[in-house]
Amino acid sequence: MVLEPATATQTAAPAMPQLKDELDIVIPTIRNLDFLEMWRPFFQPYHLIIVQDGDPSKTIKVPPGFDYELYNRNDINKILGPKASCISFKDSACRCFGYMVSKKKYIFTIDDDCFVAKDPSGKAVNALEQHIKNLLCPSTPFFFNTLYDPFREGADFVRGYPFSLREGVPTAVSHGLWLNIPDYDAPTQLVKPLERNTRFVDAVLTIPKGTLFPMCGMNLAFDRDLIGPAMYFGLMGDGQPIGRYDDMWAGWCIKVICDHLGLGVKTGLPYIYHSKASNPFVNLRKEYKGIFWQEEIIPFFQQVVLPKDCTTVQKCYIELAKQVKEKLSKVDPYFDKLGDAMVTWIKAWDELNPPSVLNGKAS
Amino acid sequence: MSLPIKDDEIDIVIGALHSDLTSFMNAWRPIFSRFHLIIVKDPDLKEELKIPEGFNLDIYKKLDIDRVVGTSTSIIFSGYSCRYFGYLVSRKKYIISVDDDCLPAKDNKGFLVDAVAQHITNLTTPATPFFFNTLYDPFTEGADFVRGYPFSLRSGVTCALSCGLWHNLADYDAPTQALKPEERNSRYVDAVLTVPARTLMPISGINIAFNRDVVGPALLPCLRLAGEGKFRWETMEDIWSGMCVKVICDHLGLGVKTGLPYVWRNDRGDAIASLRKEWEGVKMMEEVVPFFQSLRLPQEATTAEDCVVEVANAVKEKLGSKDPMFARTANAMLDWVKLWKSVGGSSSSPGA
Repeated sequence: MVLEPATATQTAAPAMPQLKDELDIVIPTIRNLDFLEMWRPFFQPYHLIIVQDGDPSKTIKVPPGFDYELYNRNDINKILGPKASCISFKDSACRCFGYMVSKKKYIFTIDDDCFVAKDPSGKAVNALEQHIKNLLCPSTPFFFNTLYDPFREGADFVRGYPFSLREGVPTAVSHGLWLNIPDYDAPTQLVKPLERNTRFVDAVLTIPKGTLFPMCGMNLAFDRDLIGPAMYFGLMGDGQPIGRYDDMWAGWCIKVICDHLGLGVKTGLPYIYHSKASNPFVNLRKEYKGIFWQEEIIPFFQQVVLPKDCTTVQKCYIELAKQVKEKLSKVDPYFDKLGDAMVTWIKAWDELNPPSVLNGKAS
Repeated sequence: MSLPIKDDEIDIVIGALHSDLTSFMNAWRPIFSRFHLIIVKDPDLKEELKIPEGFNLDIYKKLDIDRVVGTSTSIIFSGYSCRYFGYLVSRKKYIISVDDDCLPAKDNKGFLVDAVAQHITNLTTPATPFFFNTLYDPFTEGADFVRGYPFSLRSGVTCALSCGLWHNLADYDAPTQALKPEERNSRYVDAVLTVPARTLMPISGINIAFNRDVVGPALLPCLRLAGEGKFRWETMEDIWSGMCVKVICDHLGLGVKTGLPYVWRNDRGDAIASLRKEWEGVKMMEEVVPFFQSLRLPQEATTAEDCVVEVANAVKEKLGSKDPMFARTANAMLDWVKLWKSVGGSSSSPGA
């Protein structure tokens, strides 16, 4: 398969952009937003939240015609005050600030080196449209369907799939994949610098309950109402001992919470075209501690039990933070700090997203 | 990456529910002809089998089954269950089995899929049941473990079972196919993935392969619906067997893969006609799934035979009173282990 992204002219806008008033696109950036030109037909109907990392005195130009709000470090500090300490600096983990300030039900987040992919027929992939389909259709975490997503056109539940489980559960997260530069860790990148992902796997599937996965933040969408407060991307970058584990951390937290609350996480389509391979030596330095720490972190998450009275995402998350401090601080004092930052994040989230008073019910 | 496997480590087992296997065998000839085949004729089939020349095969019929198994067993090797006799008498390490109404499929480039080669690749590369890899099988060429996949889990475990898929007539139940009579599966999903530990799934017998040494006895012909018939819509024997195998693999630390290879499944039968019979199977799953989800086997069960006995006892205890079919199934499972021990050759290797 000849691997190249779709050009701007190959990408045609859909007739009816779905959820255009209910979805925000969150983009972290430290360089520029040129990539948006490629996405214009798909993204233009939507509101963008740009989170500018790094030097706040630099001006990031947004291509004309997009409806957006932009936050740099000064804005983050102003809005959150002392609580801004939970938002990473010099790391794309800062994107979760965008999740917090959004007022929409759905979030789609994408990296600024990701372009429109082509499917095997040569057609441009509307990643946003596929994520929306994934989020609006139920998930099936309690029993594996061998024909993958049973709600996709041309598929269904297979013989033997219990009928009582066919309604599924709400989908909280849609995890997309990447053609071209795959999301490998530094050691793998060093061993296979030329490997490119050319395999287009035409499937969406629910990750079963009780199973953890490495969640990549490059091409991700979620229901903010269902899981938003758990999408904290941790303490990374400047002044922190670790990097490139922001999305991983969020992924383990959201999966444990989704499993507890009976929500679904899907992975597979859509693909984006990932154009930039980061420097593996730089990556190794960032990931180094994480590679060892994850050997302790994974069993921790696999064994986490959330009490029955954790019935909201925030309650689950606070409980998780408590257990992180209790059980992971012995691995490194960093986790003590992280546990505190998780609590700060929830406080900040609740401040910026107070429960709706319109109908007297907590949102 | 996969171990080099000799052709003589493989048996292809076909349960013949149709007497004329000419077009079936000829279609599979390019892929099957190098291997030894075991053909088991459904004891209920009256006509003589028609099999083309040029294959290295052994055929087993009712007479052979009766001679080997005797009358002491409660196991009924008729219909789709006849193939299990083939599993019993095989002495090879790897078994591949497809229904006799399936032909080789084409991949997304139009090439004929070598289902045998793909199953063998699946079985001879590790499975990764403890953590999900978002790029699917990391041992496939062009793929690997993604960032965030724990290094200690990257060597994987032995893959005991490989479950393939179906083009054209997918393995739907009768109600589903009856509601969508024109639906045919044409999607080629270019992936193999490990089904995570403790996740249950419907394992279809239509296109399956396994490591007989480690899980042989765990594939079992023990559950028969009252209305058991000669269409897949009228049986749940493979689904029951599959639930047992998955629980046992999870207990023994073995892997189960699903995805490629595809086979092409011929149109056959009438979903609506089968509907009356199949409600039994649909109801059964509702009882059975919670049972299997909560089933935990004792640590002392370290071989597939031990595990089957434990599962059978649990079935008797927890499901026996709900429906006499389950009590019969549990007894058949115990019979099967006895049969396997006396006829099945050496006992299966412990653990992974």
